Amino acid sequence: MPIETRVNGKAVSINAEPDTPLLWVLREELQLTGTKFGCGIAACGACSVHIDGTVMRSCSVAVSEVAGKSITTIEGLGNEKAPHPLQTAWIAHQVPQCGYCQSGQLMAAAALLTTSPHPTDAQIDAAMTNICRCGTYTRIREAIHAVSEQGQTAGEAA
Amino acid sequence: MKIKRRHFLYGGAAVIGAGVFGVVGMDWHEASRAVALTTKAGEASFATWLKIAADGSITLFSPHIDFGQGSQTALAQMLADELDADWSHVSVEQAPADPAFANVALGKGFLKSTSSHPELIDMLPASLMGLLARGLNLQITGGSTAIRFTGQFSARVVGAAARQALLETAAGRLGVPIAELSAANSVISHAKSGKSLTYGALAEDAAARTLNLDVKLKERKDYKLIGKPIDRMDIPSKVDGRAQYGIDFHLPEMRVATVMAAPVRGGKLVSVDPAPAMAIKGVERVINLDDAVVVVATGYWAALKGVRALQPKFSDGGHGTLTSASIYDAQAALIKSGKPDNTGGSGDVGAALGAKDVKVLEADYRVPFLHQAMMEPFALTGHYKDGRLDVWGGTQDPLSAHAAIAKAADLNWDNVTFHTMIMGGGFGRRFPPYSQILEQIAKVAKQVDYPVKIIWSREEDVKQGAYRPQCAAHLKAALGADGKIKAWQTDYAQFTDAEAEALFIYNVPATARHHHKYISNQVDAYWRSVNNTQHGFWNESFIDELAAAAGQDPYQFRRAHLKPGSRHVAVLDEVAKRASWGTPLPKGMGRGIAIVESFGTIVAEVVEASLKPDGTPQVHKVYAVVDCGTTVNPKNGEAQVIGGINMGLSAALGEAITLTGGAVDQNSFTDYPILKMADAPAVDAHFIESDAPVGGLGEPGLPPVGPALANALFSITGKRVRSLPILTQAG
Repeated sequence: MPIETRVNGKAVSINAEPDTPLLWVLREELQLTGTKFGCGIAACGACSVHIDGTVMRSCSVAVSEVAGKSITTIEGLGNEKAPHPLQTAWIAHQVPQCGYCQSGQLMAAAALLTTSPHPTDAQIDAAMTNICRCGTYTRIREAIHAVSEQGQTAGEAA
Repeated sequence: MKIKRRHFLYGGAAVIGAGVFGVVGMDWHEASRAVALTTKAGEASFATWLKIAADGSITLFSPHIDFGQGSQTALAQMLADELDADWSHVSVEQAPADPAFANVALGKGFLKSTSSHPELIDMLPASLMGLLARGLNLQITGGSTAIRFTGQFSARVVGAAARQALLETAAGRLGVPIAELSAANSVISHAKSGKSLTYGALAEDAAARTLNLDVKLKERKDYKLIGKPIDRMDIPSKVDGRAQYGIDFHLPEMRVATVMAAPVRGGKLVSVDPAPAMAIKGVERVINLDDAVVVVATGYWAALKGVRALQPKFSDGGHGTLTSASIYDAQAALIKSGKPDNTGGSGDVGAALGAKDVKVLEADYRVPFLHQAMMEPFALTGHYKDGRLDVWGGTQDPLSAHAAIAKAADLNWDNVTFHTMIMGGGFGRRFPPYSQILEQIAKVAKQVDYPVKIIWSREEDVKQGAYRPQCAAHLKAALGADGKIKAWQTDYAQFTDAEAEALFIYNVPATARHHHKYISNQVDAYWRSVNNTQHGFWNESFIDELAAAAGQDPYQFRRAHLKPGSRHVAVLDEVAKRASWGTPLPKGMGRGIAIVESFGTIVAEVVEASLKPDGTPQVHKVYAVVDCGTTVNPKNGEAQVIGGINMGLSAALGEAITLTGGAVDQNSFTDYPILKMADAPAVDAHFIESDAPVGGLGEPGLPPVGPALANALFSITGKRVRSLPILTQAG
């Protein structure tokens, strides 16, 4: 039986083995490759997406668990024409290096700003546990603070 | 554009003597192919590496891959500055993995940096350099070479030569002397008549001219783009999921495979029953390779479940008793034997160490295997059809990757195409000689009649790595009654000689470098900043030990052993000043200092650290001062230095690959921990501009931070860190 869900605002019917991690459904069935595979055990955060507004590591969420839920990926956070304020700040602060972890970093940061629009450094440390091997943490922190100071936390596709 | 045979004969002849990119010594056939690969109607090619279209768009073909170090944007800045191009019309594309785009400048740079007579390299015929570069498949990204070699020797020269050709063409068309023309923003203007011509309008005729590569480059005061914090071109596509990495490549009918190789490197696949994998829905094939088993399925999840269901039998290649401890023991025994394989240095170390009025200090240092842990695991897609093999993905050397694939697939060079894609990190891991996935994709793709993508699991990535070598070193020095170092001897055991890295910057009358060649079952691989990590660690730790033994301040002690007025002293003084060295710190905090020169760049760093309640280190702030000659893009340069500091701290604090029974103990980021946001310090990165040759920036920020942290911890605890990582082995 197909699994009914919503991805970036669109109704989606998924035919996959129920134990398939959401990550691989997004990447291989829906061709939403902005969500990255890093470790498969929820240790790095490269695969972070929002499920009903909560940031989750999609490599460790079985697709059967998201039936009836609403999923937002990096492609749904914002795009070139209508970027999320964090995406604009990521460019302004020249955050990415290799860029591979940044989809996950942005999804984690967006979730943080939804719950804490003006996060302290300690809140950023606690929420931003995604790994960046290039070491872009300093600029991620700057970019989050910059958006927080602008008071911008745009809504996202539901 | 129309390809004229004559054009390339002229072009080739003109280039000889300048050694620009790969065009030298290129025959007409090869040059034609290069132009065909990169240009279409309405586009004019200059020396194959630059094209200008009739609409004014300007494209640089970069032989270097950009995996976040920003070199493609910086190379474009260098070329566009000399060209006086309109920056808004400049873009960069990856050069094809074709011998025509072998990087002559890189070969020249390497030869110069490894030669004791670098000036002789300039006298080598450029045609010979071109042949060398192509013979060696040089298209490497690594060694912090893009800017200091390719940028300086090629990008700027091509930009200036193309500008000259455009000026000559404009002079002819307008019938005025060149001296009356000026170039700016892709327009050539004649002030007297008020006439002007765009680069786009001039390009085709200009490209047919003989390029004069013996051109004068701009002086620093005339730079318009070099030295400016220009935004990197690749960043916008990396914030919204658009950027396509190798792992993202997709073809219709494509299957996905994953791999399990012999846990002990050097072992072979003895036998495997494919049935448990084949029983899993979605699994289509189990393919046996010499040292690995591969499961091919409809998707990654099924392939992973399949490979995990298998119970393959592997041999251990005779390495089944190897452990990290046995490696250190073997290395210590080599050092103790007193029979080095390679030696260097100057002066009479033995006499200085044996002198009566000196204090002799000795210390043993140990560093573990380190994993690059690039965020994108190995992933390549291959499609074998009608005798041809196409492969898509990332590598740090597309030409060598092409060669490795052709060899493994037993195909002629011309029947293989490597399509270079961007990479989620590399840090040395993606060099073809030890990228096992190249052989795997070649062999697997040839056995199936559909496109297949191999993705390594993170566990495979950690366990089958090509690590920074585990090394032991014994340092010995003589300290004179005057507080000066009289002799310094380093004995170190690793596979590579590490001649350049083992030599240090201090003035000591007698030095000796003893390399003891140690061979294990592991490959001797590159890791960001290569041998400078371990040699920087023990050199900069041991000099701190000597300072303490001499009762001197570590900054002043280093300073006293550096040449007065040198760049090294300037860098050291600046970092001490910025870090307020010598001023009181809050209770429980300490400072450590270190300075390492690598890849032509001098970096000094001061670490401010304290101990957390659980006794583990907390790094609060790092001050870094960098002299890389010219900083082509300061915004990006800062990012590279900060990134290097975070990676160096991560390694010094917690990273280690260990072996038991010849196999790697670690599995993933859970037991190979990478530094996270909460432990990333604030960084004050400062650049000193000098007239020194342009140095690298991708790596030099890393080596000083580990020893600076170890020295800071010593200042707090009085205990010396001689073994890494700190979190598991300190004390």
